[in-house]
Amino acid sequence: MAELTIISPAFDVNEIRKCFPVLEREVKNQLLVYLDNAATSQKPQSVIDALSHYYSNYNANIHRGIHTLAEEATAAYEATRVTVKDFIGAPSSDEIIFTRGTTEGINLVAYTWGRQNINAGDEIIISAMEHHSNIVPWQILCEEKKAVLKVIPVNDEGELLMDEYRKLLSPKTKLVSVVHVSNALGTINPVKEIIDAAHNIGALVLIDGAQSTVHLDIDVQKLNCDFFAFSGHKVYGPTGVGVLYGKKKILESMPVFMGGGEMIKEVTFEKTTYNSLPYKYEAGTPNIADTIALKVALDFMTETGKEMAASHENDLLKYATQQLETIPGLRIIGKAKEKVSLVSFVIDKIHPQDIGVLLDNQGIAVRTGHHCTQPLMKRFGIPGTVRASFAMYNTKEEVDRLIVGLQKAIKMLA
Amino acid sequence: MNNNQTIEDTEAGIIESFSWFENWEEKYEYIIELGKKLPALEEEYKKDENIIKGCQSTVWLASEYKNGKVFYKADSDALIVKGLVSMLISVLSGHTPDEILDAKLGFIKEIGMMAHLAQTRSNGLVAMVKQIKNYALAYKSISVVGKTI
Ligand SMILES: Cc1ncc(COP(=O)(O)O)c(C=O)c1O
Repeated sequence: MAELTIISPAFDVNEIRKCFPVLEREVKNQLLVYLDNAATSQKPQSVIDALSHYYSNYNANIHRGIHTLAEEATAAYEATRVTVKDFIGAPSSDEIIFTRGTTEGINLVAYTWGRQNINAGDEIIISAMEHHSNIVPWQILCEEKKAVLKVIPVNDEGELLMDEYRKLLSPKTKLVSVVHVSNALGTINPVKEIIDAAHNIGALVLIDGAQSTVHLDIDVQKLNCDFFAFSGHKVYGPTGVGVLYGKKKILESMPVFMGGGEMIKEVTFEKTTYNSLPYKYEAGTPNIADTIALKVALDFMTETGKEMAASHENDLLKYATQQLETIPGLRIIGKAKEKVSLVSFVIDKIHPQDIGVLLDNQGIAVRTGHHCTQPLMKRFGIPGTVRASFAMYNTKEEVDRLIVGLQKAIKMLA
Repeated sequence: MNNNQTIEDTEAGIIESFSWFENWEEKYEYIIELGKKLPALEEEYKKDENIIKGCQSTVWLASEYKNGKVFYKADSDALIVKGLVSMLISVLSGHTPDEILDAKLGFIKEIGMMAHLAQTRSNGLVAMVKQIKNYALAYKSISVVGKTI
């Protein structure tokens, strides 16, 4: 087998690694190998510093006070909105709504737009590879409204059957909500095609960008999606903050989600009028610190070069796939032509959890289980997989440690 | 199998065995071996009401009440979990409901092996111990009323 060289000019993975303090830690007396990035990525020092800098220097409630701290905090919070807008190519920062994460973003749409626009007999289309976060909110809505949930099937490679998708589309279809990149398989879905086809029959489209935002270039205008949701913690940012993008016209027409402070214009006991976008959807004191630090995470990615990082990650995927395929009895689940750097696999007669436990004892963090995609696991007839998901700071040496660790685990379990 | 040892004695034996292991590999190989040795549960017991659903693996637990003592049978689709369950029921099986209900199960912490089980969400080890004790409690109330099953 030809030796794969991983080189990306000006992309120095060793320099990148130095930005992530946790990568220096030991687990079970060995240097940590963190391959659970699809669950959550590690945070660079600059993000960690931004959090403590906020609390040490200008902690204040935003949009309310006229004092210096409040002004500084408000400015920093709003600066993130602008950065997010640019990061995903949104036309206006009014279309950027801060949430707790992808799950909340999807729920927000289900509870507001969904309640207003879905009626008995209407259809919502999702896919067989959705995360539970993009299944359950629609199920709840469909149950309430007596609407119907339709599912785009996947083939054995883990790709959506686009012909089947087109057949599902009908005048009854009101919304298509699909994952951009599968967290369990790595598949990159042809979302542009999905969106265009849905728009042709007048349906709206929500894209679950939880996994795509960290690996792919996102341009919501080019995609022309109506909603796009992602989580800060999967893009090197803090937990507890996420983003929902929505087209202005749609966001303006939607009813409010939660009521409270900040989202109002005027409150009397007779009637409340609501604030304009994006505040209309941000009731209560938001997650100020984490939102401020999210900007630092996105800047970090932009400065590193998203494209170079992706190319490095893809090299790792290729190398890992090659190496994994040499292990007898190992079967990769998810062999789509278009994949991000994530590899899910099962091993004959061995439960994924056993592999996970034995890898952990060797300092290697992977994810095992159903990855919150139980219907997908059922489709493949497996209880779960072992998943190694890569980030910009992972190395070929870490892939080697995974392979050695796996061989050892298999031997112990045989 | 009748259990002539007290629960504490069996626990002490396990703690003793674990003290001899020099590294994690030996510990896990021992557990894996226990898992392999535990006979697979007959299909008739692998029904939904016997499932203790963990986050990742499935555990089946069944029990029988004979001569005032509770006997457990278990299985799991994951080998390490199966080994750990095997250890748990080897400690408790063959004892009276009262003995089982009183068991503190200090060995779990002592051998430091249950972290993985305990961590996998709410329904790992805690759920297992709870289910084991629930069976004991049920048999106890039945025997107080003077019925057998
Ligand atoms: C594809 C996908 N959608 C949604 C989510 C939910 O994200 P969060 O838990 O951050 O809300 C995840 C996270 O695992 C995911 O991978």
